[in-house]
Amino acid sequence: MKRQIIATAFFLAAVVCGPVLADEVTAGDLTLQQAWARASIGTAKAGAAYLTIVNNGDEVDRLLAVATPAAKVTQLHTNLMKDGLMKMRRVEALEVAPGEPAVLRPGGLHIMLMGLKAPLREGKVFTLLLTFEKAGRVEVPVRIEAPAAMEPSPDSAVRGDHVQGS
Amino acid sequence: MRMRRYSLIAIAAAAVAVAAVAAWHLTPMPGGGEEASTQAPVKIGGPFEMTAHTGESVTERSFDGKFRLIFFGYTFCPDVCPTTLNSVALTLDALGDNAAAVQALFITVDPARDTPEVLAEYTAAFHPDILGLSGSPEQTTAIAKSYKAYFARVEDGDNDPEAYLMDHTVFIYLMGRDGEFLSLFSYPADPQDMATKIAAFLNRTTS
Repeated sequence: MKRQIIATAFFLAAVVCGPVLADEVTAGDLTLQQAWARASIGTAKAGAAYLTIVNNGDEVDRLLAVATPAAKVTQLHTNLMKDGLMKMRRVEALEVAPGEPAVLRPGGLHIMLMGLKAPLREGKVFTLLLTFEKAGRVEVPVRIEAPAAMEPSPDSAVRGDHVQGS
Repeated sequence: MRMRRYSLIAIAAAAVAVAAVAAWHLTPMPGGGEEASTQAPVKIGGPFEMTAHTGESVTERSFDGKFRLIFFGYTFCPDVCPTTLNSVALTLDALGDNAAAVQALFITVDPARDTPEVLAEYTAAFHPDILGLSGSPEQTTAIAKSYKAYFARVEDGDNDPEAYLMDHTVFIYLMGRDGEFLSLFSYPADPQDMATKIAAFLNRTTS
């Protein structure tokens, strides 16, 4: 019930207060900021999404699962590089400690989308579902940027319509 | 995740080889850093046979007279490879008129999925002048070996067999007009830095 109230409040706030608030989603003690993804290229079946997770509470929380209607399989991955060899490996759970935001960004931790149901088109938005150990399930809108974007664009408006399937 | 023993040895050997070359190049040379000596501890580069994303066969001779900017990757790689391709695209742009003397080559380590058609579409998203190269498994192994570039398919039993990942080395190689090795850039490579260094090599040679 509490989550529904928060979700409704967020929705109303987003509608009333305009696009700026759509860049941040709150779930319990967590704030999820600026979720974004790179546009996919042609028929490419894999994509990557990024966001920042801030823990405003006293206890460590953990991201346990990620999912999206936009892809068949969604996993948390990180890049491990040693002596020029890059390995991407699955991360089972991501700890988010108070005062230590988890920043997912190109070259580091990222959410890998495999088996895209439709190309991710720049300017559109899809929904990511994150499941936290304490904060529970939360949906975030993900803005699609250019295929080689290194960061979300400063324009924080949630623009465009939703990708088919999300 | 299991890695067979010989893969570990191969990684170690490749890593040591490339690290040795990188260290050699990064070490200041006596006499103010002039052109590298011919007594290279490791030979990088050499003959190859691949298929360009245009569909035509190419060899190392196809690019005679041009500098080459060579890097390896695959299109199912959503994070690192787009970043590298973008760095190369920005480098070509930063080179301005000098870009005409440089051929950027993106070599796929995953020819099973990255056909010439897939590469053509992929590279076009970054820069019209980046040429993708694809080959048979043997050709791919051979060209990677000559660049001391390591790659391996990651076996992850959980995933869809079409959704496999590849480990690969992420260096960008600068080769000269004769195909000789000039320099190495590490990930993440800064486009301005690469453009400056490439321009320096370009200005050093007489056309």
